[in-house]
Amino acid sequence: MLISYNWLKEYVNIEISPSELADKITKSGIEVEMVESLNKGISGVVVGYVQECIQHPNADKLKVCKVDIGQGEISQIVCGAPNVAEGQKVAVAVPGAVLPGNFKIKKAKLRGEESLGMICSLQELGVDTKLVPKEYSSGIFVMPSDAEPGNDALEYLNLNDHVLELGLTPNRADCLNVLGVAYEVAAIIEEEVKLPDTSITATEEKAEDFISVSIESLEDNPYYGAMIIRDVKIGPSPLWMQNRLMASGIRPINNIVDITNYVLLEYGQPLHAFDYNRLGSKEIVVRRATEGEKIQTLDDQDRTLKDTHLVITNGKEPIAVAGVMGGATSEVQDDTTNVLLEAAYFTSGRVRAASKDLGLRSEASSRYEKGIDRNRVYAAAKRAAGLMVELAGGKVADGIVEAGKREVNTYSVKMDVSRMNNLLGTSISSEQTSAIFDRLGFSYKESDGIFEVTVPTRRPDITIEADLIEEVGRIYGYDRIPTTYLLSEARPGGLTASQAKRRRIRSYLEGAGLYQAVTYALTTPEKSTHFSYTEDTVYPISVAHPMSEERSTLRMSLLPQLLEVLQYNQNRSMGDLAVYEMGSVFINRQEILSDLPEEYVFVSGAVTGVFNEHLWQGERKAADFYVLKGILEGLMSELNLSERITYESGGIEHMHPGRTAIVKLDGIPVGFVGQLHPALQKELDLKDTYVFELNATSLINAETEQMVYQTLPRYPSITRDIALVVDQNLPAGDLFTVIQAAGGELLKEVNLFDLYQGEKMEEGKKSLAFSLKYFDPERTLTDEEVVTAHNRVLKSLEEHFGAQLRK
Amino acid sequence: MKDRLEALRVEAIEKIKQSHDLKDLQAVKVAYLGKKGPITEVLKGMGKLSAEERPVIGAYANEVRDSIQVELDQKQKELEEAAIAEKLAKETIDVSLPGRPVKKGNAHPLTAVVTEIEDLFLSMGFTIAEGPEVETDYYNFEALNLPKGHPARDMQDSFFITEDILLRTQTSPVQARTMEKHEGQGPVKIISPGKVYRRDNDDATHSHQFMQIEGLVVDQNVRLSDLKGVLETFAKKMFGEDRKIRLRPSFFPFTEPSVEMDISCFKCSGKGCSICKQTGWIEILGAGMVHPNVLEMAGFDSKKFTGFAFGMGPERIAMLKYGIDDIRHFYANDIRFLKQFKNA
Ligand SMILES: [Zn+2]
Repeated sequence: MLISYNWLKEYVNIEISPSELADKITKSGIEVEMVESLNKGISGVVVGYVQECIQHPNADKLKVCKVDIGQGEISQIVCGAPNVAEGQKVAVAVPGAVLPGNFKIKKAKLRGEESLGMICSLQELGVDTKLVPKEYSSGIFVMPSDAEPGNDALEYLNLNDHVLELGLTPNRADCLNVLGVAYEVAAIIEEEVKLPDTSITATEEKAEDFISVSIESLEDNPYYGAMIIRDVKIGPSPLWMQNRLMASGIRPINNIVDITNYVLLEYGQPLHAFDYNRLGSKEIVVRRATEGEKIQTLDDQDRTLKDTHLVITNGKEPIAVAGVMGGATSEVQDDTTNVLLEAAYFTSGRVRAASKDLGLRSEASSRYEKGIDRNRVYAAAKRAAGLMVELAGGKVADGIVEAGKREVNTYSVKMDVSRMNNLLGTSISSEQTSAIFDRLGFSYKESDGIFEVTVPTRRPDITIEADLIEEVGRIYGYDRIPTTYLLSEARPGGLTASQAKRRRIRSYLEGAGLYQAVTYALTTPEKSTHFSYTEDTVYPISVAHPMSEERSTLRMSLLPQLLEVLQYNQNRSMGDLAVYEMGSVFINRQEILSDLPEEYVFVSGAVTGVFNEHLWQGERKAADFYVLKGILEGLMSELNLSERITYESGGIEHMHPGRTAIVKLDGIPVGFVGQLHPALQKELDLKDTYVFELNATSLINAETEQMVYQTLPRYPSITRDIALVVDQNLPAGDLFTVIQAAGGELLKEVNLFDLYQGEKMEEGKKSLAFSLKYFDPERTLTDEEVVTAHNRVLKSLEEHFGAQLRK
Repeated sequence: MKDRLEALRVEAIEKIKQSHDLKDLQAVKVAYLGKKGPITEVLKGMGKLSAEERPVIGAYANEVRDSIQVELDQKQKELEEAAIAEKLAKETIDVSLPGRPVKKGNAHPLTAVVTEIEDLFLSMGFTIAEGPEVETDYYNFEALNLPKGHPARDMQDSFFITEDILLRTQTSPVQARTMEKHEGQGPVKIISPGKVYRRDNDDATHSHQFMQIEGLVVDQNVRLSDLKGVLETFAKKMFGEDRKIRLRPSFFPFTEPSVEMDISCFKCSGKGCSICKQTGWIEILGAGMVHPNVLEMAGFDSKKFTGFAFGMGPERIAMLKYGIDDIRHFYANDIRFLKQFKNA
C-alpha cells in the first residue's frame, strides 16, 4: 500500500518528518518498507506560460517557444513535444535546474536556435509512465491555467511529497486506505483523526424514482446501495486529485472515475460508477452468474463466467462482475451525464472466486478479498457523491436506494490487565491501558482491571483477548518490554541417540573425503523411480500443481539428484568429485495416497574421477568400487555394525550388473554400492562413477551393544600365511567366512594380502593369499595348537571349495 | 730412539691429518699402532737400551702412542661427523614442496548453520523435534489456527499432493505434533529444524525448497519478555556479543501477539549500509506468543499454559553470515562453493 505523506496530513496533525513517521509506524507494527521522495533530486523547475510557439526554422519536429517564467522574464526554449502550444502553463526546468538522475539543465543551442531550459513532461520529472494521464503520456504535462508563472512547479505537481510503502500483514486490511492509516498514525503519535466532509445537498428528485435494487442472496452480497448523480460534466479531475492518485500508484482517467478511485483510496471502499443512461433498464439485480454467461468488461475483453461468480445485472444481463470489474456497455464515457454510483459490500469468497478465475486483480477486488469495513460503505458513497457535485458539477438525487443491511452491530472483547502483564512480562497499569485504548479510538468499560472493549468495525482482526493484549503492547512499545529468562525448571537439552548417530555419519563421511550436498526433494516422475531396490510395488508421489515437470515428483532415492550435482560440476570442468547427501526419501505403497507415505533418511554418495592424488609424487588413484566399499566398511565400523553387514553381488536397475553389491544388515537389504551402469553413464555424459545408497534410518535403528573394553594381549600371537588356488569366480567373501568358522576361538584376525589372477595361473583359477593371526589372551600358544587349528582351516577350505595350497 | 719416536709421531699425525675417510684413517692406525707398526718395532728394540733409558723411552713411546691415539680418535670423530653430515646432506629434501593431501570433505553451509543453531539451543536446554516432510493439512494448517479458506493460506502457496496431504510449508506442524504428544502437560521446549516447500519460482531470493528452524516453549508462566531473553541470547551468540535486538509487532496466524525480530546490523553497527538497507537493522526471524487456539487444539489449557514460538530461515542466516548473494547457490552444489565452507 502506497500512502502519500501530504494526503495523510489532511486527516492527522503530523509534525514529524516522513522518515521519523515511518520509523514510528514500523516500530508499532506496520512495516514501512520504503519511504520514497517524489522529488527525486529535482530543483529549479518553475511554472512557465507559453506566450508564443512557432515552428523551428531548421527542424521539423521542434518548436521554438517564448516562455514567461515569472517576474516578466521571457525565455526562448526549444521544445520537441508534439503537444506544446501557445497559452499553456507548463513546467520549465530553467538553466541550472536539476532533473532526476542528477541531469543538469544548461543553456544550449538546438539546430541553431538558443534554448534557455526545457519544458518538462511528467516522466522527465520522475513520474512512472504508466501513471501519467494518457493525454500527456507522449508529451509535456499541461498545468491548470491558474498556475502562477515563476512559482515552484513541484508544489503544483505535489512532487515535494513523500510516499510511504506499507508492507501489510493480512490482518491489517484496515490500513489499505488513507483513513485507516490515519487512525493508526493518530494512535501512535497521540493525535485525533479529522474525518472528511460527507455532507451532501440533494435535489428534489428521488433516487428511487430512477432505480430499484434487489439482491438474490444476502449471503453473497449483504448490502448494495445505489446513488444517482445527474448532469455531471466529464473532464479531467483537478490536479491535486490527479497528483494524489499518481502518488498512490493509480493513473488518472477522468473526474468521475478518479473520484471513485480517490474514495477507494481514502475509505478503502470500492465504488463503481455506471453510465445511468446506458444501463439498459431501471433496475439493478445482483445474482450469481449462470454457467457460461458472457460479459465484455471495461478492458474490452470478453469474459465467460461461472456460477460461483457474482454479477450485477440490469435485470436481464450482467453489467459488471461484482467487486472485480465493470462491463463495457455501461462504462462512463466522455458524453456521460447521469451516473449510478454503486457502493456495496460483497463477500470476499465471491470476489476471490471471480478474480482468480478471470485473472483480474484490481484495487477493488483485492480490498473485497481482504475484507472491508462494513459500516463505512454509506459514508464512502456520500463522500463520492459530494465530490461529484463539487468537481463534476453533478446534482445528487435524494437518498440511497438500498438492499440488505447498511450497518452491522459492533461486538466487545474482554481483557484482563493482570493476564496481559503475565503474558507480556510487563507491569502496565489500568490507567496506562485506558490511555492506550483512547489513543486507538476503542471505546471500553473498565472495572477492577477488566476491560470490556467495543471493537470498531474497521478492526475485524480483533476477536480475542490476546488481540487486545497485542494492541496495548505494541502501542506501549515492545522496546519497553523487559528482557527476562525462563522461570521453568532447568532440564538438560541434548540430541537423541538417532540424531547423534546422524551427525556421526555425516562427520565420518566428510572425514572420508566426501563433500555434503543438499539437493531438491522434487524431481521428474521418471527419475523418481530410479535406483529403487525394494521389491514391493511402489507408486511415485507427484504434487498436484508442480511449478515444472523437473520438480514434480518426490524422490525415492537421493542418487538421481546427486548425479545431477556431478553433471553440473563436470560441465564446469570439475571432474574429480566426491559428494554425499543425507536426506529424506518418500516411499508410497498405496495406489491412492490416503495415509502419509513412509519417510526414511537415506545417506548416499557419488564419486567420480581421481579420488586420491599427490601430483608431484605421481600418485593419481581413480575412484573405484573398493574405494567406496572401503568408505562403507569404515562407516559400518563407526556404527558398530561391521559384524552384521554383508555385501552380496546383486542387480539394481541402472547399476553395473557385475560391479554392484547389495548391502545387507542381518541379511536384510539396506542399500547398495557399485558402479553406475555404463549406459546411464553415457546418457548422463559422466565418466566412471561409483555410488552408494544406504537407508540410514535402518542403520541407525539397529540396536547395538554397548562397547566393552578388551584386555590388551599379554602373550605373543602367531601368524601363518596361506596362498590358495581356487575357482576364479569364487567370491573372496566366502573364503573369509569358511576360514573364520574353521579357525575357531584362537583365530583372531584374517587379512587378504594378495590376489593374483594372471597368465601364470591355470585357466579359470585365481590365487588368494591370506594372513591368519592366532592368539590366546590367557597364555602363550603352542605350535601344536596352531598347527591343529591351521590344518582345520586348510581342510575346511579344501572341502568347501576344493581350494589347494599354491605351490 | 727418542728422535725416532718423535719423528714417528710427527709423521703419524701428519698422515692422520691427511686422511680423507675412515678407511684411510684405519690404515694409518694399523700402520702406526698395529702390532707390526713402527712403534711396536721401536719397543721391541728396547732390550738394547740401558736400564735407565728403558723406562724413559718406554714412557715416551707410550706417550707417543697415546698422542697418536688421541689424534686418531679426534680425526675419527671428525670424519664420522663429516660422513654423517654428508649422508644427511644427500638426504636433504625440499621442505617447501606440498605435503601429501589428506582427503577430507566438509558439511554443506546450510548444515553448518543449522548445526550451530542446534548446538546453541541444546545448550539452553532445548531438545530437537522432528516430523515428516509430507504432512496432513491438519497439522500443517488447521492445528496452527489456519482453517480451510483462511486468507493467510494464500501467503504460503503450497504443494498439495491430495486434498489433505501436502509438502509441509513450514516446520510448525512438528510443534503441533509435539504439543499433542505432551497431552496438555508442560514443559515443552523444542526446536524443529527441517526442509519445507512452497510454490515459489526459484530466483535469487526464492527457493521452492528451503530450510526452517522453529522453536517452541510451552509451560506455565511463559512471557513475551522470556522470548526476548532467549532471542537476545541467540542473536549475541550467533552474530556477536554487541548485537542489539529489536522486536516489532507483526502477524502470524499461530501466534498472538506476533513479533518480528531485528538485530542491529553487524556490518555497520547501525550506521546504515547496503546489508541493512540503510536502516541499521536486519530482519532475522518471526516469533510470538502461541495463539490460544493453537494451545487448545493441541490439548493445553490456554488459561493455565502460555508459550512462545519463533521461526527462522537458515538460508537467510547463512546468506547474511557469509555474504552469499543468491539462494540458488545452496542447491546447485557447485563444488567450488561447497569447498569454501571448510571452517564454517
Ligand atoms: Zn548495516
